This record gives sequence, C-alpha cells and structure tokens, in this order.
Amino acid sequence: MILNRETLINLVLAALLLAVPFAADALGQPFYITLATRIAILALAATGLNLALGLGGLVSFGHAAFFGIGGYVAGILAAHAFSGEPLLFGLSGTKQMWVIWIVAAILSGLVGLAIGAISLRTSGVYFIMITLAFAQMVYYFAISWPAYGGEDGLSILVRNQFPGVNTMRPLTFFLICYVVLLAALGLFALIRASRFGTALQAARQNEVRVATVGIQPYRIRLTGFAISAAVTGLAGALFADLNRFVSPSMLSWHMSGELIVLIILGGTGRLFGPLAGAALYVIFEYALGGLTERWQFFLGLILLVVVLFARGGLLGLLAGKAKHG
Amino acid sequence: MTLALALEQLLNGLQLGVMLFLMAAGLTLIFGVMGLINLAHGSLYMVGAFACATVAAWTGSFWIGLVASLAAAAAAGAIVELVVIRRLYDRDHLDQVLATFALILMFSEGTRWLFGSFPLYLDIPPLLQGAVALPGGTEYPVYRLAIILAGAIVAFGLYLLISRTRLGMRIRAGESDREMIGALGVDIRTLYTVVFALGAALAGLAGAMVGALQSVQVGMGEPVLILAFVVIVIGGIGSIKGALLGALLVGVTDTMGRFLLPKLLALFVAPAQAGMIGGAAASMLIYIVMAVILAVKPRGLFPAAHA
Repeated sequence: MILNRETLINLVLAALLLAVPFAADALGQPFYITLATRIAILALAATGLNLALGLGGLVSFGHAAFFGIGGYVAGILAAHAFSGEPLLFGLSGTKQMWVIWIVAAILSGLVGLAIGAISLRTSGVYFIMITLAFAQMVYYFAISWPAYGGEDGLSILVRNQFPGVNTMRPLTFFLICYVVLLAALGLFALIRASRFGTALQAARQNEVRVATVGIQPYRIRLTGFAISAAVTGLAGALFADLNRFVSPSMLSWHMSGELIVLIILGGTGRLFGPLAGAALYVIFEYALGGLTERWQFFLGLILLVVVLFARGGLLGLLAGKAKHG
Repeated sequence: MTLALALEQLLNGLQLGVMLFLMAAGLTLIFGVMGLINLAHGSLYMVGAFACATVAAWTGSFWIGLVASLAAAAAAGAIVELVVIRRLYDRDHLDQVLATFALILMFSEGTRWLFGSFPLYLDIPPLLQGAVALPGGTEYPVYRLAIILAGAIVAFGLYLLISRTRLGMRIRAGESDREMIGALGVDIRTLYTVVFALGAALAGLAGAMVGALQSVQVGMGEPVLILAFVVIVIGGIGSIKGALLGALLVGVTDTMGRFLLPKLLALFVAPAQAGMIGGAAASMLIYIVMAVILAVKPRGLFPAAHA
C-alpha cells in the first residue's frame, strides 16, 4: 500500500486518539480520558451514519433514533439484570456488554430496515423530513412510555461488564470503545471497497445507470441504511455505558443534527471523516464551553462558516480533495 | 357531555391545525419557490413570540405586540436571507440542512442571551378574554376561536395574494421555472427576499398568537417546526393547498387521537394501562398516518407538478 497523504493523516489521528488517554492516565487526569471516550463513541455513531450519508448519499436526519435505541437496549437490559425481573418471553436482562452490543445492533438494524423501507420510497428533501419525523416518533414514544423512566430517563447503576477486564476503569472502557471504533472503521473500508459498496456509491451518483445494469437501487440502499443503523445503534449502547444514563435526549433531533455535523466537519464519505469531525466537535464544545457560557452561539457561527466557506471538512483541508468514490 | 367534550377537542384540533398551517405555508412557499429546506423556520416563530411578548409588556397592548411580531419576524427573515440563505440556493440539501441547523443554534442561544432563560408570559387581550357556550353545556375560550378565525382569514388572504396579485403571479412563475422569470427581467433576488420575509412573517404571527396560550420560551419553535414538516410532507412539498389540508388533518388527528385512543383502549384493558398505552400510541399517531400516506403516495397528497 502506498502511503498517501490521507492515509498518513488517518494514522496520525488514530495514534493521537490512542495516545491522549494514556497520557491523561499517567498524569492523573481522568477527565480527558472521558473526553477521548466521548470522541471515540461519537465517531463510531457518525461512522454508521457515514455509510448511509457518505457512501449512499442518503441524508438521514433521523439517526438519533438508532443511537437512542441502542442506548435504551443497554439501559433496559441492565435494569432487568439488576432487578431480576424477566424481560420478554421469560428472557432475563444482562450485564454483559457483548450481548448488549449484539442486541443493540440487531434491534437498531431492524428498526432501520422498517424506517428505511418506507423512507427510501422517497428521495431528496422528502427523505430528510421523513427520517426526521420517524425519529421524532421514537422520541415521543420514549417520553410517553413510563415503564423505563419516560422523560426522566433511566440510570445504569453500575457500568456493564466485559469478560476479563474492569470496565469501571476509565482507560479500560476507553480501550474497549477504541477497539470497537477501529473494527467499525475496518467494516466501513471493507464495505466501501466491496461490490455492494460500489453499487451503493453508484446509486448515489447515478440511479438510472445502476438500474440499467440490473441492480435495484432501492434494495442496495435499504441494505446500506440498515447496516448504517446497526452501527449507530451499537454506538448508542456504548454511549449509555459511558454516561451510565439513558434519556430521550439521545433520541432528540439535535442528536441527529449533531451526527450530520460531525461528518461534515470531518469530511463527507471519508473513512476517518467521522473521527476527525468528532474530535473537532468535542474539542470545540469543551474549549468554547470553558471560554463562554454562550458557546452554542459560537458553535453555530463556526458551523455556518464551515458550511458556507470551507467545504470538504477538516480532512478536505488537510488531505486535499477526495478522490472519486 | 362526552359529545360536548368531543366538540371542544375538535375545536382544539382545528386551532392546532391553523397554527400549523401558518408555519407550513411559509416552509412550503420557500421550498416551492427557492428549493430551500429551512430548519430555522421554528426560530422565526420564536422571534415572533418574543417580539410580541416584549412589545406587549412595554406598551400594554397585545395588538401593538402582534404588529411588532410580524415586523420583527419579517425583518429577521429578510436579514437572514440576505446574509446567509441566499448563498445556499445553489447548494445541495445537506448544506442547507446544516447551515439552517447552525442558525437555530445561534437564534436559540442569542435569544437566551438577550432575554435570559426564564419564560415570558403574554396575556390574552381583553377583547378576546372570556368564553362562549358550546352546545352541550361546556364553554370554549373566545381566544382560541379567534385564532381559528385569524388562520382562516390568513389562508384566504394568501390565496388571494398568490392567485390574484402581480407578486403572486411572480411567485407562481418562480415555482414553475426560476431561470425563465429571471430571464424575463423579474428581479429574482428581491423576489426571493420578499418570499422569505413573507414566510417568516407568517411564522412570527403564529408564534405571537400561540404565545398567549403557552409560555414564550427558547426552543418553543422546534416541536412546531417538526409538526410542520410532517404537514408539508403529507400535503406535498410546494403545495399551499396541500399545506392547508395537511395542517388540518395533522391538527385534528393529533388532538382527537390523544382524546379518543385512551378511551377506546379502556374498552379492552384496565384503565391505568389504557391511559399509558393510549397516551404512547397517540403521540405516535400522526407519524403513523404520515407513514401510511407516504406508503401509498410517496410525494404527498398534492404533489407540486415540477418538484
């Protein structure tokens, strides 16, 4: 593999994200480990969205639904494991992360399949609004369903477990998230290079031509959308474990907007775009939050400037224009 | 008794529908003429409510506040169009979503900056206080009836504006072929600013009128914005007629669903459970209606011819 500029930048980003928590741990600053974990998880969620948005050109404004569903899976399974009450059909809850991940990914993927099946009948601005509306539907359901905390959300008393390690240690939990993120980035790269990924990108570029060569764009997109939802759902489960708290705010449309923002800040459709974007966003949030109480105003201003004048995001700035893809 | 209650809920549904129409009309006009998706429309609604509450508190008159809300929202709309929105017409929807999302952050935090975090309150004007008797013995607030009436007048006015005036003719021409009317010598940039300000004024009016029913606070526009999206998706983006019918459909369905579903379920399950399931189902009802309509007609009930 020839080491081009983008690959080099990607490697530096990955190494930096790994180095910061170790340094913070050595210096006794656990707060920065949490910050890095947050970056890793948001990058994972955005990597999921990047499959739909970056490769497939599907501007989903409803990925918070999957993020929140993943979070609620973690919260509800842990709550049942804690109380000992059976969940459904006599199945009990669990505190094992890997079980939670599988359930979160499958459930989000299935919901993604259902939402996608209806939404993908439309395109363009309709698609944006419909995915938004479906996410709101899940949001209002979570608020008005009192069994799992309703508007107040649901606490996870003790972080869920992973065999062989102590997840309550910040650095350990960060490493778990980091490995999952790398795996998801690997999956993204594999998909992008696969026949399926090529078809998905082709459907974005020219739907008619894809149909002409005998591939149904609808099916390709639906598959892509469901995989995208599953990855974002997995991130939601980790996010719930990070905060040890799930609430409807994970499902809110601000979250959907934030996920899109991460991708745009980093560079749409790029492998490491979500990570670059998440890092930039969390650092902005933290730095501006330290400077002024009105940080959201300035965040909006920066975003506006990026959208209007700096297209291509951080990676576009550092690594040049994206190749065709 | 129950019939009277149902009538009251029906009127509430109409009132919600009328508010949604004022929001959706602006959104759908802006999309129809400029091809722009504007998330910040809810912020203009908020601007209208804050302007009305502030000016009404200064002058003691709701009516002056109402005029101020129209002026403030239209001015805010025009400024935003001139500074930001006009750079977005040639961009794809993704950029438009992001830029207007950024505008929401700025509007919300900016308003909090100016007015603080506490909600403002707006009194119903003396002329419209009180209630009228409905058949069946219950009473219904005059103010809500006035909102329904005002919405109907605005809807009719908008119809006249678009079908009978020169400006309306240009708007219709803009919807069917943007480049052509530019080539025919219409100052398209000014037309866009005017349409955007008109949409903003309608949103501001809605915000001011609702401000007297609820508290005026930051973030008040967002739930309404998303409902308005549902409305225009159901009605067909770009269609004012679709927006009107969609708004009434969503308003009445939402209100009646919240009223009837728990009662309906109570026939089958225990009352406490019926309330819980019914409440949760009612909050999802309009989205389910939307999904069903789109499954049958992916471009809404009245798809605009060109979109």
